[in-house]
Amino acid sequence: MDLVFSGLAQGFAVALQPFNLFLVLAGCFAGTLIGALPGIGPINGVAILLPIAYGLGFPPESALILLAGIYYGAEYGGRISSILLNVPGDAGAVMTTLDGNPMAKNGEAGRALSISAVASFIGGTFAVVLMSLFGPLLSSYAVTFSPSDYVALMVFAFASLASLVGKNPVKTLLGALIGLMLASIGIDANTGVMRFTFGVPDLLAGIDFLVIVIGLFGMAELIHLVEQQAAGTLKALKVDKTFISMKDLAFCKWTIIRSSIIGFFIGILPGTGASVASAVAYGSEKRISDTEGTFGTGDPRGLAAPEAANNAAAGGAMVPMLTLGIPGSGTTAILLGALLLFNVTPGPLMFTQRPEIAWGLIASMYVGNLALLIINLPLVGLFARMLTIPQQYLTPLIAVLAFIGVYSVVSNPHDLYMIIGLGVFGWFLRKLQFSLAPVILGFVLGGLFEDNLRRALSISGGDWSILFTSIDSVVLYILAAIVVILPVWFGIRRRRAVKGATT
Amino acid sequence: MFKNLLTSVAIAAGLATSLTTFALAESHTMAIDKPECIAPAQPGGGFDITCRVAQAGLSSMTSRPMQVTFMPGGIGAVAINLFNTTRTDDPNAIVAFSSGSLLNMATGKYGQFGEKDVKFVATAGADFGAVVVNADSEYKTLDDLMTALEADLGSIAIGAGGGVGSQDWMKGALMVKSRNLDPKAMRYVAFDGGGEAIASLLGGSIQAYMGDVGELVSYVGGDKLRILAVMSPERLEAPFDQVPTTKELGYEGAEWVILRGFYMGKNVSDEAYNAWADAFKAAYETEEFANIQKEKGLLPLNMAGEEFQKDVLLRVEHMRDVAKEAGLIE
Repeated sequence: MDLVFSGLAQGFAVALQPFNLFLVLAGCFAGTLIGALPGIGPINGVAILLPIAYGLGFPPESALILLAGIYYGAEYGGRISSILLNVPGDAGAVMTTLDGNPMAKNGEAGRALSISAVASFIGGTFAVVLMSLFGPLLSSYAVTFSPSDYVALMVFAFASLASLVGKNPVKTLLGALIGLMLASIGIDANTGVMRFTFGVPDLLAGIDFLVIVIGLFGMAELIHLVEQQAAGTLKALKVDKTFISMKDLAFCKWTIIRSSIIGFFIGILPGTGASVASAVAYGSEKRISDTEGTFGTGDPRGLAAPEAANNAAAGGAMVPMLTLGIPGSGTTAILLGALLLFNVTPGPLMFTQRPEIAWGLIASMYVGNLALLIINLPLVGLFARMLTIPQQYLTPLIAVLAFIGVYSVVSNPHDLYMIIGLGVFGWFLRKLQFSLAPVILGFVLGGLFEDNLRRALSISGGDWSILFTSIDSVVLYILAAIVVILPVWFGIRRRRAVKGATT
Repeated sequence: MFKNLLTSVAIAAGLATSLTTFALAESHTMAIDKPECIAPAQPGGGFDITCRVAQAGLSSMTSRPMQVTFMPGGIGAVAINLFNTTRTDDPNAIVAFSSGSLLNMATGKYGQFGEKDVKFVATAGADFGAVVVNADSEYKTLDDLMTALEADLGSIAIGAGGGVGSQDWMKGALMVKSRNLDPKAMRYVAFDGGGEAIASLLGGSIQAYMGDVGELVSYVGGDKLRILAVMSPERLEAPFDQVPTTKELGYEGAEWVILRGFYMGKNVSDEAYNAWADAFKAAYETEEFANIQKEKGLLPLNMAGEEFQKDVLLRVEHMRDVAKEAGLIE
């Protein structure tokens, strides 16, 4: 423990140098703005700015602090387009739209933004504190999580998702199935066989998460907006001056605490990141708290849960990256690449060989989280005014930004056609009263489920009993069973309480 | 039209690196006006690093800084398609490739395009396979592991960062083949990249990992992993100088070089091809290039021009033979 405090002291000495402090603030601010753009999330934010940070010739710790600032900033900023526009910037922000956007539509954009800022801050800070105190211990637990445990985790995630859109379970299941089918496109990671690629080379590596999210969610939302506008049914949103109150905070506190814990532990697992964390947090919170069926219609807890969880997971993902050199998410994979570009090898020896970088980065996370809260709360009103831009200007602007966002990450024109096609497909699904969140979660979880199931079976030589051998997995299966049985219990009460669609 | 948003900022990166790079004699006049390196992947990966070696290593020989363009899609298939359709004679561009790309060519993963459809121009460096176990493992030496495998091939879960038939799988296949065992009977666990495989090795889900030397640098001298052997033809430099090679332990044919280099379009003029090859050959002579290789985690393996082209074609032929023997292709 002494080592941790002396390390942290050293880290703060690095992070609080005026120049590095400036960089973390600049990174957070730029990241928030980048993340706020629809279609651009932390992955593109870091990927776009990585070459700039590399080119500026900063010392490695400064450049990494800048990139990390951009990462947290974009993670924060991502909620802005999710809440205001219903267009998430990455897979981790999908769940934020479920209650965040209805709140904005109810004229509570300011309240939604400030609640999510506070939930993010708590989730993020919780993760950083746990990481600095128990990093090595946590990572040694995380690696024992075997492929068969991941299978159990995915079963639990699927089970908690069944609660997601309880109104029409058949359509929820069909949606998840469509997601699973989309996930199976590409070269099979296990045998190298091409599946559903139809000879198109651009499909060999499968469909990128971002393309699915932007296409199915973003583009479909835009088509929906244009349609409403053409039909003249689009309601103008009024500018609101709502803000988080102490009552909100008290109302959401247990949600935030539970979701931070869930998010952090899913985040530290090398194979899962913010998207799984926010989905599981939302699903379990809906199970625990949603006794009146208000989730999906603008319940602040439905917003606080994924926001606390995805920021906690973003912090948690740093644990295996810094201690073992193993990235836990797409963005940490890019940060890992950045470390390598700067000739820093992350891993067990980084804390002894390059302590100024390891601890400097961790200290900058404390600074960054606080900075984001301070930057973001006053800007809530400004961002909320984004909704007053007339739709005829806003819609094409979002479309252009979404295209730039996708292209900046995938750099392949083929994927631009994909998002258009998926957008039309998503719009049809919405017409048919499907919720799109299960599709995306089916896609995210399906790939992980398949890969890990096949890994587990490869390890056991085809013996299925491997799935039930560890305590972790048995606990998760029991939780999954509880989660499935509970709604039968509350079923009647819930059905009476549900009103309004959840999109 | 394939210009990436990143290219403009990559120029900035190029400028910054060129300022710090050793300046060469003026005698190398280059026919390359707008040097561009295409990394057929997203930023931050191995192809990015390959291009950075060219960018920094040739910076003193090109009239302006080299752009790095990212062109992900189809594990490199998108780039090879482009260089076989519209940019077949582009004198300014080189495309990064690795042994993995060669294996894809050998096994027909790039569709109609294979190794004869491009011109291989130069290497950036190399990496080598390595056989790794957990530090607490009962297998203290490679012989321990191989003896156990011989006794019961299916008893040990061997993991690596790619699917069956990938270059990562090849490392395991070559190891078991060197003891005349059947690669198809290996208990092989496919991971998505080396990171997850290392995590599983640390956690005890798999018993052996077929890794790459480059990703293991931070584990050497630590107490987490034990490197049983490297799959290089000769002993490597420090920090790997204490690790035996598979060859010296008597495992014939169990060598695995991960080559990183560049190709050009097939209709490129001899003049342009030679200009690039000569630039690389000149750069190989400098200490600066060796340092850049080292910084980027690559080991020296310097070849350019016709000699390299011949070498690559031989390698692809060899891979095709192994793939056929393993039943991956007809």
